[in-house]
Amino acid sequence: MVDDILVRALLEEGLHPLDDREPATREPAASEPDLPPGGVAITIAGLTKSFGSNTVLHGIDLEVPAGQFLTVIGKSGCGKSTLLRILAGLDQATSGEVLFDGVPSGRSGHVARLMFQEPRLLPWARVIGNVEVGLGARRTLPGAEDRALAKLAAVGLESRATDWPSVLSGGQKQRVALARALASSPNFLALDEPLGALDALTRIEMQGLVEQVWREQGFTAVLVTHDVTEAIVLGDRVVLIEDGIIKLELDIDLPRPRRRGAPEVAALEEKVLRHLFSEGGYVERRAVA
Amino acid sequence: MSDSQIVLGRVLPLRSKAVGRRFGRTVKRFLTTDAAAWIVPVALLLVWQVASQLGLIPSNVLSAPSDVIDAAWRLTLNGELLNNIAVSAGRAAAGFVIGGSLAFAFGLLNGVSRIGEKLTDTTFQMVRNIPNLAMVPLVILWFGIEDSARVFLVALGVFFPIYINTFHGIRTADAHLVEMGRSYGMSNWELFRRVILPGALPSIFVGLRYSLGIMWLTLIVAETIAANSGIGYMAMSAREFMQLDVVVLSILLYALLGKLADSVARLLERTTLQWHPAFQARRKET
Ligand SMILES: Nc1ncnc2c1ncn2[C@@H]1O[C@H](COP(=O)(O)OP(=O)(O)OP(=O)(O)O)[C@@H](O)[C@H]1O
Ligand SMILES: [Mg+2]
Repeated sequence: MVDDILVRALLEEGLHPLDDREPATREPAASEPDLPPGGVAITIAGLTKSFGSNTVLHGIDLEVPAGQFLTVIGKSGCGKSTLLRILAGLDQATSGEVLFDGVPSGRSGHVARLMFQEPRLLPWARVIGNVEVGLGARRTLPGAEDRALAKLAAVGLESRATDWPSVLSGGQKQRVALARALASSPNFLALDEPLGALDALTRIEMQGLVEQVWREQGFTAVLVTHDVTEAIVLGDRVVLIEDGIIKLELDIDLPRPRRRGAPEVAALEEKVLRHLFSEGGYVERRAVA
Repeated sequence: MSDSQIVLGRVLPLRSKAVGRRFGRTVKRFLTTDAAAWIVPVALLLVWQVASQLGLIPSNVLSAPSDVIDAAWRLTLNGELLNNIAVSAGRAAAGFVIGGSLAFAFGLLNGVSRIGEKLTDTTFQMVRNIPNLAMVPLVILWFGIEDSARVFLVALGVFFPIYINTFHGIRTADAHLVEMGRSYGMSNWELFRRVILPGALPSIFVGLRYSLGIMWLTLIVAETIAANSGIGYMAMSAREFMQLDVVVLSILLYALLGKLADSVARLLERTTLQWHPAFQARRKET
């Protein structure tokens, strides 16, 4: 009953209710020597996370098709980072499960990486050494350096390979962190506000870069952001987390690359913001209950 | 002819100003080089020498630097000086290697293992609070006045600065970096070698340099109390014969050897911590 009304309200707003989209499968380019890893489909079922008596996530249900770019927004402290850390395997859920291609994420053998809000580079390793961290055990194989250099080139920093991280700018450090994540050939890349600390111009540039590498490598991406425009420009789908559950899902069917000033983007942004700040949804639900 | 004079007259003042500016710049550049660090010690020596010659410093209070040099020359010729330096340096090195490597090992062990810390740290902290030199009577009873007594004291002295700073460096490893390493699938060993240990190095170097100071301090005292060779012994026997110049020479030697050890540590630090912004700045300047 409650759900029906919510779904109808969302449809009226032009928003999609949960789980109505088919996976956007992409073909792996088999001819390439360094095969793009391809994305993994993620199923989140009844995911709950509590810290002591504080329950942060109240049973999240979500399907992320392979290769989709999902963006997550929500107010500070609503549990976005917590969700990403569980998806990337850095934290354990209190209950519920995360499946990669239908297999519990810990045992699936897929590579899940989290790109942190801070670059987290090793200050004592040169830029190239930091990218090689992403190669993991393959670091000792022949050609490891070439692989790392290729990833560095993908983020436009091959000329800085032998620099120390401390001489790089904030945006460059994040690009190295991105190259490191790419070097591990992730099937799933979680990005926890990695662009939050950057200035507006660098941010736009980095968004373009993230989108580009995502298209090239085909991993499934989940990006957390505070910036609604960023969420709409980058996402195939935007979800809003509030009170530990998903309050809103919104498919973004605009062609890429999207322009930030475009009226369609602005219209969607307006819609999301209205939802974020109006209490309307609550009143309606309480009235029904 | 008159033309060139006019030109000269006009050019010269400009030029001398430029020369002055260039001279100023040269001086400034010199002041940032390593040699500049010696300006003050050398000046002190000069003042000391002049004051001694003018009789401002009585020769039974402090020998003039020239007398000290004489003494150094005399002792070099009869081989005593080099012999004593070698003996002292050998003791210092032996004590340092033994105490330092034990300290490093325990620092690492207790840094990474809570069990190790539980088992040994309390003991170390208690022993640490015993003044090093209060152990001297006990050590003499244990080892007599053999070299092993002095090496033991030095080892004990250098242990704590290195132990504490290694332990601290490991414990304060950047949790964010450790988490990053884990998430990229590093094994425990890799995590230690590539994340934790490099992060602890600056702290370990602080301990190293501090312990080098303690190494000399302990050795001097150990050698003046009970020894039949070494720089400390040289000073004590010279005192008995009222050879003030040799006493002063011994003290200056300790200062020089201490400085030498510190320089080596700094060099090590500078090459190992190239990544550290503090050392990069210095590298660019020179
Ligand atoms: N390790 C922890 N122990 C206890 N509480 C935690 C822990 N991690 C997160 N929390 C709590 O969980 C809630 C959600 O935190 P989380 O970091 O996921 O928020 P967020 O949505 O990422 O916020 P922001 O946008 O500010 O980054 C907060 O109330 C926080 O205090
Ligand atoms: Mg967060």
